Amino acid sequence: MSELVALGKAGAAIRSANAEGRAAVVGYLPAGFPSYDGALDGLKALVDGGADVIELGLPYSDPVMDGVTIQRATEIALAGGVRTRDVLSTVEKIAAYSDVPVLVMTYWNPIERYGVDRFAADFAGVGGAGLITPDLIPDEGAEWIAAADKHELDKVFLVSPSSTDARIAMTTAACRGFVYATAVMGVTGARDKPSELAAPLVARVKAATELPVGVGLGISNGDQAAGMGAFADAVIVGAALVRALGDGGAAGVRALTEDLAAGVRREPRAPAER
Amino acid sequence: MSTVLPDQFGHFGRFGGRFMPEALIAPLDELTQAWRDAMADPEFTGEFERMLREYIGAPSLLYDATRLSNAAGARILLKREDLNHTGAHKIRNAIGQALLTKRMGKPRVIAETGAGQHGVATATACAYLGLECVVYMGEVDTERQALNVARMRLLGAEVISVKTGSRTLKDAINEALRDWVASVDKTHYILGTAAGSHPFPAMVRDFVRGIGDEAREQSLELLGKLPDAAVASVGGGSNAIGLFTAFIPDESVKLYGIEPGGDGFETGRHAATITAGQVGVLHGARSFLLQDDDGQTIESHSISAGLDYPGVGPEHAWLAETGRASYRPITDAEAMDAFQLLSRTEGIIPAIESAHAVAGALDIARELGPEATILVNLSGRGDKDMDTAATWFGLGGTEAGDE
Repeated sequence: MSELVALGKAGAAIRSANAEGRAAVVGYLPAGFPSYDGALDGLKALVDGGADVIELGLPYSDPVMDGVTIQRATEIALAGGVRTRDVLSTVEKIAAYSDVPVLVMTYWNPIERYGVDRFAADFAGVGGAGLITPDLIPDEGAEWIAAADKHELDKVFLVSPSSTDARIAMTTAACRGFVYATAVMGVTGARDKPSELAAPLVARVKAATELPVGVGLGISNGDQAAGMGAFADAVIVGAALVRALGDGGAAGVRALTEDLAAGVRREPRAPAER
Repeated sequence: MSTVLPDQFGHFGRFGGRFMPEALIAPLDELTQAWRDAMADPEFTGEFERMLREYIGAPSLLYDATRLSNAAGARILLKREDLNHTGAHKIRNAIGQALLTKRMGKPRVIAETGAGQHGVATATACAYLGLECVVYMGEVDTERQALNVARMRLLGAEVISVKTGSRTLKDAINEALRDWVASVDKTHYILGTAAGSHPFPAMVRDFVRGIGDEAREQSLELLGKLPDAAVASVGGGSNAIGLFTAFIPDESVKLYGIEPGGDGFETGRHAATITAGQVGVLHGARSFLLQDDDGQTIESHSISAGLDYPGVGPEHAWLAETGRASYRPITDAEAMDAFQLLSRTEGIIPAIESAHAVAGALDIARELGPEATILVNLSGRGDKDMDTAATWFGLGGTEAGDE
């Protein structure tokens, strides 16, 4: 597979940011929170504030990788009646609003229930770029990998500080778009201290692949984004944006996104390394 | 049919596997290796067997329940797991995994619990082996099972009330997994049933399979032959897989898993996962589960807190799909009738979980006829269920007379 193909839509957007000498900003919000329309407003504010890639959460009843902020938000979304088809229509509206690639972050069962190939077809049809799958490892992902390849969708699998080098090699080989490196051993949620595990993990991943590496978990403001962006190709921010949307609405998301976008521009870095 | 499943990736046919965050995959690989090494080490298995014998009282009795048999119209044998220390089969798994935790050099244990039986068993094992213990329990369950919360705390465990999601067992599992992702270098998660991601379904099975191994030997001694059927209740499925495993190669022995039918499975208020669920992924494995059209987990309902779980272990899904075992629901009302029948014919008050198996055996007795011998796993005792029973039957209070 050529690097051009493996970069996919999200990887191309990240590399284009890297070419400007900065890390890309990947912003997460869940569909349906605080309401269907409220989520759309938040997502548009992410785009307007300067996010390079959108990570749209598909609310799920049993989110084991999420801390309390995202748990609560997705509970509200589900209680409000958000369905998988609403996630797809949200993707469609954001794809119509801008060219920023939209990835969906989803636990595996809703996709399996929808039908893996059918979901891939419908998702590609509304302009979706790919999936981030926190509880699907490539070892169990044959059906998704086949469907994603068929419909030219990005496959973003996760690597962790606990991953062995062999697993990093296997996982990155299965990725398209970018590689999601979890900066901490733990769940989503803002953290005060920067992770010491992120830099060595990014170095190990970069030794295994030429794909961009995004770092997520715990990053909540421009300062942290600046620090992480010095070595990561993309910084991924979730819970802090969800809190900003809950507390300050779309304007809160816009302000935080601008802070993050300024943060990754603060520290000069070598343009498009590798 | 062999019992060598699962394959090296934890698959039972199309079921099982590992649908888990990458952060836990390397630790699960380490756990798998540690468990396999331990099971091949006579020092470990010898110590486990000594604890079963000296601490929990294994082998549990096989009891020829003649008065229940008269009522049932076939010969019923009860495997008396209710007589184990802490009152249920759960202690076998808790002791096994706690011993493995010590062997791995981890000082801390976490566990989930629904009704509290696994939490109490784990707190007991941790007290016995000197391990730090944290038990996650849904807020709804901490209110329903206050006595077990007190037992766990007395045993030195910290009980954390889970206030997210449906605030019941499945959310306690979610919260335990969130703890584990962040603490796995020093912590072992003692999952309480034969579900979850590899190696848990196989590992828990191996720690509880003594139930069936003992019962098979005891049946041969008592009857000179094997029973015609083996019956057990199925929530997550640990007591059932514990009973079934020894008999899986014995094709003459019919295997029946009894699912919690709640208000009746046509009402939608039940926890009959195999009978009425669909294939999906929950808590790390592919199996049957109760889910809506979007794959969101549906809350289950059962009078038995220990069976009130919307998923089921993957080996049961496989046994159902291959036809080696059959699964059928028993309603709350049928289970409570059997609860009373066993109490009054034998003077044995069963756990409501186990009463489901007794109720199932009454139906199976009618189907197999008077010559049949039916082995039932009496997986736990009913002390914990007296509040539920008192409410159900209108017992207690100061009024005289029968209910």
